[in-house]
Parts: sequence; structure tokens; C-alpha cells
Amino acid sequence: MSHIDQSKIRNFCIIAHIDHGKSTLADRIIEMTGLLTSREMQAQVLDNMDLERERGITIKAQAVRTVYKADDGEEYIFNLIDTPGHVDFNYEVSRSLAACEGAVLVVDAAQGIEAQTLANVYLALDHDLEVMPVINKIDLPSAEPDRVKDEIEDVIGLEAQDAPLISAKTGLNVKEVLEQIVTKIPAPAGDPEAPLQALIFDSIYDPYKGVIIFCRIKNGCVKKGTRIRMMATGAEEEVVEVGIFGAGQFIPGEELSAGMVGYITASLKNVKDTQVGDTVTEAGRPCAEPLPGYKKVNPMVYCGLYPADGAKYPDLRDALEKLQLNDAALQFEPETSIALGFGFRCGFLGLLHLEIIQERLEREYNLDLVTTAPGVVYRVHKTNGEMIELTNPSNLPDPSEIEYMEEPFVSAEIMVTKDFVGPIMQLCQERRGIYISMEYMEETRALLKYEMPLNEIIYDFFDVLKSRSRGYASFDYEMKEYKQSKLVKLDILINREEVDALSFIVHADGAYERGRKMCEKLKEEIPRHLFEIPIQAAIGGKVIARETVKAMRKDVLAKCYGGDISRKRKLLEKQKEGKKRMRQVGNVEIPQKAFMSVLKLDSE
Amino acid sequence: MRQPISLYLHIPFCVKKCHYCDFLSFPGCSLSRQAEYVDAMIQEIHAYREAAEDYEVKTIFLGGGTPSLLEKELVERLFHELYSVWRAAPETEITIEANPGTLSREKLIGYHMIGINRLSLGLQSTIAQELATIGRIHNYEQFLANYYLAREAGFDNINIDIMSALPGQTLISYGKTLERILKLQPEHISSYSLILEEGTDFWENAEIERALPSEQTERIMYHYTKKCLQNAGYERYEISNYAKPGYACLHNQVYWTGGEYLGLGLGAASYWKGARFSNTPDMEEYMENCSRARITENRKEIVTATQKSRMEEYMFLGLRMIRGVSIREFERRFGIPMNRIYGTVIRSYIGQGLLKIEQDRLMLTERGIDVSNSVMADFLLEE
Repeated sequence: MSHIDQSKIRNFCIIAHIDHGKSTLADRIIEMTGLLTSREMQAQVLDNMDLERERGITIKAQAVRTVYKADDGEEYIFNLIDTPGHVDFNYEVSRSLAACEGAVLVVDAAQGIEAQTLANVYLALDHDLEVMPVINKIDLPSAEPDRVKDEIEDVIGLEAQDAPLISAKTGLNVKEVLEQIVTKIPAPAGDPEAPLQALIFDSIYDPYKGVIIFCRIKNGCVKKGTRIRMMATGAEEEVVEVGIFGAGQFIPGEELSAGMVGYITASLKNVKDTQVGDTVTEAGRPCAEPLPGYKKVNPMVYCGLYPADGAKYPDLRDALEKLQLNDAALQFEPETSIALGFGFRCGFLGLLHLEIIQERLEREYNLDLVTTAPGVVYRVHKTNGEMIELTNPSNLPDPSEIEYMEEPFVSAEIMVTKDFVGPIMQLCQERRGIYISMEYMEETRALLKYEMPLNEIIYDFFDVLKSRSRGYASFDYEMKEYKQSKLVKLDILINREEVDALSFIVHADGAYERGRKMCEKLKEEIPRHLFEIPIQAAIGGKVIARETVKAMRKDVLAKCYGGDISRKRKLLEKQKEGKKRMRQVGNVEIPQKAFMSVLKLDSE
Repeated sequence: MRQPISLYLHIPFCVKKCHYCDFLSFPGCSLSRQAEYVDAMIQEIHAYREAAEDYEVKTIFLGGGTPSLLEKELVERLFHELYSVWRAAPETEITIEANPGTLSREKLIGYHMIGINRLSLGLQSTIAQELATIGRIHNYEQFLANYYLAREAGFDNINIDIMSALPGQTLISYGKTLERILKLQPEHISSYSLILEEGTDFWENAEIERALPSEQTERIMYHYTKKCLQNAGYERYEISNYAKPGYACLHNQVYWTGGEYLGLGLGAASYWKGARFSNTPDMEEYMENCSRARITENRKEIVTATQKSRMEEYMFLGLRMIRGVSIREFERRFGIPMNRIYGTVIRSYIGQGLLKIEQDRLMLTERGIDVSNSVMADFLLEE
């Protein structure tokens, strides 16, 4: 990696709605440029975690560097930064955008612009990126490229007439995209002689190398031996290695200079030393000011995470710390539950984020978890004038001390086809949404704007939206403000004992229904015991719903298999194992999944 | 001083497979095959020649399959060889399991002559419809005929096996079966509740499942059995076993009290010299190993008993007996008071009305019997 001609660098990302073809296009670009042949490619190379392969979405931002020989005969360095496509992860998208000069906007030729496309474009424009539209999937019979071009111009205001019409799947016309990246996306500015100024946009933790920082060098240069300083934390270390990231591998090099995207390792062991969004500079010759930081995004959804086996509490803590390194949006702090023991209150960007973290904890760190019902942050205004932000329903003060409560509301934008406007408006109404406006995009699609309580959205709103619109609706939201609401705490009592981990805050209007459904659900989940188990939902001590789990009548082995005692033993062992997967709450054993299952209440 | 030992011999042949049966047995074995098998068993018996000198046999049990399918001559031969190796006292309890429909006067006389003194008849039900549903080869009349033959042949210790909670069975029809066999006054009655086992015809059979009596009815049948039989002079000494005074089955009690026993034949289980194991269920392998006197190679799933496993078994096997387990005996055997190991569990279940202590004995209550599996699972200790 000799001294690079800065003018030949192109730093860009691909932004798109889910399933519009972002990853496929990324693969094609990598394939058609240097470093990997088509045979070496697996499908969707950038999605290199199992999880992502299953869900088909990208979670982590990653940078890939390739080399393109353009029609003008020159070689260009492409730094492609991958970004997630789900509404939960706007924050991740934002970090990656800050490292780029341009964004390739991929729009499905049949679906056209969706709510989230808009959201991502606005983000890109906010970061002063050059947005380059590309229309994908033109091989499909339902493709309407001209309509989509017009849509892009009308709705976003971007020039789209010479947007390449491609099929990322077959590779059709992708070359045009590469050419336009060269011609339309500006080369990075920045002075390689100036003091080092590099933006950390991602990081991963490696057990041997320590923290590996992905950064975009804005000014100056860095190489092995440079003594660097993190401007926000003040941590200083000597650089051990620099390099670029080429399609799944770290490729060490001599130096990284202005305009380049790459990685730095510096024997950083402490995850807290490298904050994503921070600026890296040279300790001996620091730059004057750090680069503008990101908007610190606050978690929208909180839940309690507890180890099924109390002894694994330290393991859970370590795992969360490691995950947080790669996921700055994840927050956590210790908490205790009478029912579940010691655990953590964790903050996430949304339900998908929560599920992904949970899965990673279980899969990568081998932890058996109990998760409590996710909730949002409520504001409780006490009669004594104090205001508390409530993340754990168990901490709700006595009703006599509460003046009023507020809950977070979001502005939601829902794009839906004409036929389903009715059902979707009804859904929003059911979820206490406040109608703001409706615009028709073209004759067939409408953009609905509602203000909705966040706690009505975090569970299954997205899924229900999809199913009621036969999959055609799309949805995006952002925090708006706190509004006063009539909220109550719903308590669940199992065998007459309150299970604090099952409490949550609901709107007074829906409380009875919610309580009833929870009791029904728990009745299904809790196995029969040797005694009858009443399940009750209560508000302020008053029982509003009740179900009963009948006592087990028979669990006896009539015949003892003669002399085959081992067989009898195995049977009993299995029974004992089954008991272990339960959490003991008083006399009742509750399966771990019961705690989470109370969320899937809408499933018909 | 010779140690007591019990012998179990497995005869895996049947006329046909009953729909609920998951024992190691198969239909369609030719007479020559049966003879070959008995030869193999005899070789296995002889392999224990030396070890046998330390023991005195207290009980022998021929189970299956259908042991009564064997030709009389084969049974006689088997026992001659057995007696030549193992020392058995005259009062040794020797049982053979028999299916009505496979017995004859000659067989019964032959059994009696070679020392078999207890007969276990697999009746299951006296109701024709029920017998057909579960796939038995006999009817009630054949059973009766066999029963009288057995008495005539001199058998004065007979057990009858019956089953409850059969598909299509009601409390009335079950009561009828009970009434009929009580008239016969057998010395011993075993009543087993039907268990649906994987691999059998009844497994995941929707039609059968629909016809089963409810869980509640099944429990009523169970408790009715107890009341009925107790009134008729039978003592319930184990969860499913009833006997006139003095006629409890000694062989089975060995299993439940942690006694030593040796299993001979295909798939037979043993508790021999501190280890539990079973013979291979593979016929070819079994015969091969026996022919080469490599009987230890037949032993599969060998588990050495430990203090822990013995304590656990003391409890979960012993509690099957109605009189339960002796607390003093536990301490004598293991050197630790039962309370120290199981105090918490016992107190919890006494509190829930599932266990009780009378004098020195810990036992299941009536309600405890209903859910005994659940209770017993808690007597397994953590690693």
C-alpha cells in the first residue's frame, strides 16, 4: 500500500430499504472490482455473522476496500461501508455515513420509495453526502423504472434521469454504477500533512489484538509506532498495526492517510477507551478540535435480562460489556428482582435490537437468559414536584405520590398501498395513535403520518402492520415528545405472590384487556403442578383478571420395567431436567420463555 | 456364607406383538431358532459357573416375551442346566410368565415337575372387546381353561396381570374384570395402568387416544382397585401389586430393595457385583458372544454403583413399596442420616401431603402415589 492518490479514493455507502437489494449490490460491486472473484464469493459476503444470514439483514457496519479500473484507464480505491437497513438501527447508519462522501441509494423498481428509504436519504443529506440513485430489480415483470425515477425526483428532489437501471442479482448494468461512483461521488478532501484527525465509526474486540478500530482518516496520517490519543477518553497507546479491510480479512499495511478508510490496532484492552464517534489524533501533535460527534441516540426500549443460573451473573456482565463494544447503542446497568435475582436493565433501540442482542448472548456467549417484558421510559411527576424517569415498572412510586405520568410519543410515517389505508388507519387508532396527515404519493400509495405512543409500537406493531397490509406497508418513526397519559401499573400474581418481573405499565384504557390476555397466556405457559395455581392480574391491588392452572392429577409409573432400573432412572432424570428450565417463584416453577411470551399477545 | 442372588431369564419370543407392548420381544421365531437361543442361554449360564459358588439363589423369574411359548423340553433342559450351575434351595420362588393360549396340561405339569412354583398369567382383561383392541391372542374362556388346568397341575401360587385405562374401557367394564378374577381367588394380582410407549402401535395413534378413559377416570380406576382388592383380602404392597398375606412376589421385591440380581438372556438387566448393566438386545450379537463364551461382551450400558446412586435408588425404588423405606436402615446402610441428605425434600412433600412418616418408615400417601414420579424425581441428587 504505497502512498495513495487521494483524488482516486471514493468513500461511499449503500442505503436502501430492506430487501431492495443493498447487500446483493454490495456483493456485485465487490465481485466486479479487485480482490475477489465470483467463485470466491459466498452470497452476501458482507453479512458474515450466522445471525445475519438467517435474518437476511446486516447488523454491524463494516468497511470493504476494493480496487476499480475505470473507463478512463485510472485505478480507483472504493471504500464501501455497509449499513443496516432496519428502523431500529438508524444510529448505526448514522455512524457509517459520517465516514463517507457519497451514498448510493438503491430503490426497488417495483416497490419504489418506502418510508425507510426516505428516512435514510434524509440522514445522508444531513451528513452532506452526495446521494446517487440507482434503480434495482428491473428484471422483474412488475418493474416500473420510469415511475420510480419520477418518484425520486418528486419526493426526494434528487436528479434521477440518468440513474442506472440495474439488476444486482444478475449483474446487469452494474458497471454503470461503478462508473457513476467515480464520476459523481467526490473524492475525499483532507490534508495528509495536517495533524491526525480520524473518526472512529466502528470497532470490534479481538481477544488477541484487543480493540480494533475502524476509522476514516479525515486529516493527517497514522502508521505503526504512531502514538495516538482518543480525544474523548484521553486514552493513549502506540499503534501496533494499521491496514485495510478487504472482503472479510484484515490486510495490514504501512500507513493510513487522509481520505482513507481502514483499521488501527493499538493494544487497547479496555473497551471503554474507544468510543465510537470519537476522534483519534496523534498524542505528540494533536489536532485542534475533535470532529463533530454523532447525535447520541437514546434507547427506546428497556427490559430486564437475568441469567437463568444465578451463578452466571458475572458471565452475563462480561458478555454485555463485550457486546457493548461493538454496539454503542446498547446500554445496561445492574438491577435486582425479587423473582429473578440479580440481573441488568438493558436499553435497546427497538425490539429487533433486543432480540438480536438476546440471541447473540445465548449463541455466542452460551448464556441461558430470562428476559422480562420490554417497556419504554416513562416520566413520573410526583406530588412533591420531583420527576423521575422510570425504566423499571417495579420502581413506580405509590399512586398516592404520583401527580401525573407521561409517556414517549413518536412521529410515525407509514407507507401503504391504497387498498389497505382503512385497515392500517384502524390499527393506528387501536394503538392510540393521533392522526396527523395523509398524502397520496401517486395514485396507488399513501403516506400516513401519525403520532403514536412508543409503548404501542415496540412489541408487534411492525408485524401486525405487515400482516394487515399483506406485507405492503412500510414504517419508520422517530422520537417526538412526552405527552401526559392515563397510565397504570399492571401487576401479575402467580399463586398469590406478585411476580415483579412480570409487571408493566399500560394505558388505563387497555389495562383490563391486556391483563386478561396475559393471564391466558401465562396459563398456557405454566405447567401443571401438584397444586392448583391461580394466576391474577391486578391494578393497585385490585384483581382485574384471573385464570387457574389445574393441579396435576397423575404422574405415576405403573409398571417398573422389571429389573431395568436404568430406564426408570432415565425417566426421572428427564423429569428433573425439565424442572431445571424453570424459575422458581415461590412454590411455582415458571418456564423462562413464559416471561417473554406474554408479549406475543396479538397473535391470532 | 453364600450371598443371596436372584436370577432373571428372558425369553423374547411371542406369537404376535400386542399393540401396547414395548418389551424386547418378537413374533415369528421358529422352533429351531428357539432351541438355538436356549443353547446360547445355557452357554451363558455355564460361564457363571465359578462365580455361582458364592451365591445361593433365592428367586428365579422367567419373563419375556412369552416364556410359555417354549417347548416343554426346552424349559426342562434350561432348568437342568441352571440347577447344575446355581444352588437353589427348595423354598426358592420360581416364576414363569405365561400367556393364556400358549399353555397346555403337559407344559403345566412339566413346569411343576422341574420346580417352577409360581405362575404369572397375562390376562389383562376379561372383556372380549378390550382384549381385541389391545391385540391379545386369547379370550377370557381360554384363560379360564388355562387357569383351572394350572390349579389341577398343582400350582398354588398364581398371579394374574390385569390392565386399567385401556382404550374403550370404563369403570364398569374394569370393575367386571376385577369381579371375575376375584372369584378365582388367585394368590396375587398385578394391575397396571396402560402407558403409551414410543415404538408401539398405540403410540401417536389418534383413534386410540380418543378412546382412552380420562385422567380422572384412570385415577378412580386405580383407587377402586385398591378398595376392591383390599376388601377381598388382598394387601397392596407395591404401587401396582396386590397379594394375599404371604404371597407377595419375592423376586420383584429384590428389585425395589436394591438386592443383587443377574439377568440372563437377550436384553436382560442385572445388578451384579456393584454394577448395573443390560445384555445386548441384538440377537445375533448375543448368540455370537455366548457361543464364544464371551459373555461380558454382551454387557451394555454398564454403570458402576456409587454411594450417591445407591442412596437415590434406595429412595425412588423403595418408595414404590407401600410400606415405604426405613429411615434407620438408610443410616445403617449409608452411614448418613436420611434427614441430612433429603431433609428439605421430605419436609416439603410432607407439607404438601404427598409423603408421610409412620414410626421409622417414610412412605407415599394416597395422593403421593398419584404423582409419585414427580416426587421421586426430587430424590435424585445433584452431581
